[in-house]
Amino acid sequence: MSLAVFAVFASLATISALVVVLHRNPVYSVMSLVVTLVSVAALFVLLGAPFLGALQILVYTGAILVLFLFVIMLLNVGREDTDSGGGGQRVVALIAAALFGGLIALLFWARYQGLRVPTLTPEAVALRPLARELLSTYLLPFEIVGVLLLAAVIAATVLAAKNPPSGGASSS
Amino acid sequence: MTVPVVWYLLLAAVLFTIGTFGALTRRNGIAIFLSIELMLNAANLAIVAFSRIALESGDLKSMLNGQILVLFVLAVAAAEAAVGLALFIAVYRDKRTIDINRLNLMRW
Repeated sequence: MSLAVFAVFASLATISALVVVLHRNPVYSVMSLVVTLVSVAALFVLLGAPFLGALQILVYTGAILVLFLFVIMLLNVGREDTDSGGGGQRVVALIAAALFGGLIALLFWARYQGLRVPTLTPEAVALRPLARELLSTYLLPFEIVGVLLLAAVIAATVLAAKNPPSGGASSS
Repeated sequence: MTVPVVWYLLLAAVLFTIGTFGALTRRNGIAIFLSIELMLNAANLAIVAFSRIALESGDLKSMLNGQILVLFVLAVAAAEAAVGLALFIAVYRDKRTIDINRLNLMRW
């Protein structure tokens, strides 16, 4: 059962990831990345992290990718206007990426190939221990991340503002 | 019949490879950014899979540590996306393009 679910979502994630990378129109890339991220969220749930799955859908597809869509439409970037550097660069990039990914996959395979994990218990996927840990042991990092997000919001507002309020005269 | 954990790790490696390829070949700045988000997400998948492995070998706490790490990575990714896209808007306002072949001011 879980094997079938894994097969469906893993192939969905791989195919849509390929579309993200290969499609020339960035709007289609973003839409395809939505499918990838939702599939990965389903795999999170399958791995016993339902909270992270929900968070992934909320934060990534709900916030970040909508932001991407907004910027793409705002800047009106259509298809890529210059060539992608010819076939040579593509081949070299493919070799480099495949070497790197193959090495990582080989390491994973060598270390964890025989490992089988039993099915999850209800205690393992309960939310309460996660919340307790996050708001006790990790309270300080949690607050720092909040400050980081605030700083990011301010930085984004300043960067994208039409006339930066840095006193640099009104030379638009 | 459960799924062997190594399959999740292999899928993460595949997604990361696809993202790397995209980041190396795309010419549109936003498409490169999308590829980087894909790589980040592949890393997250690997972390969650490792936390699942940790649950087997030890206590519940080591699994929670992994999940909380992913949570922080998500938050940082959100901040990074906001600032990065604002940077693209600023660059576009100056150069009227975000094609990285034309953004060669700092190339020697």
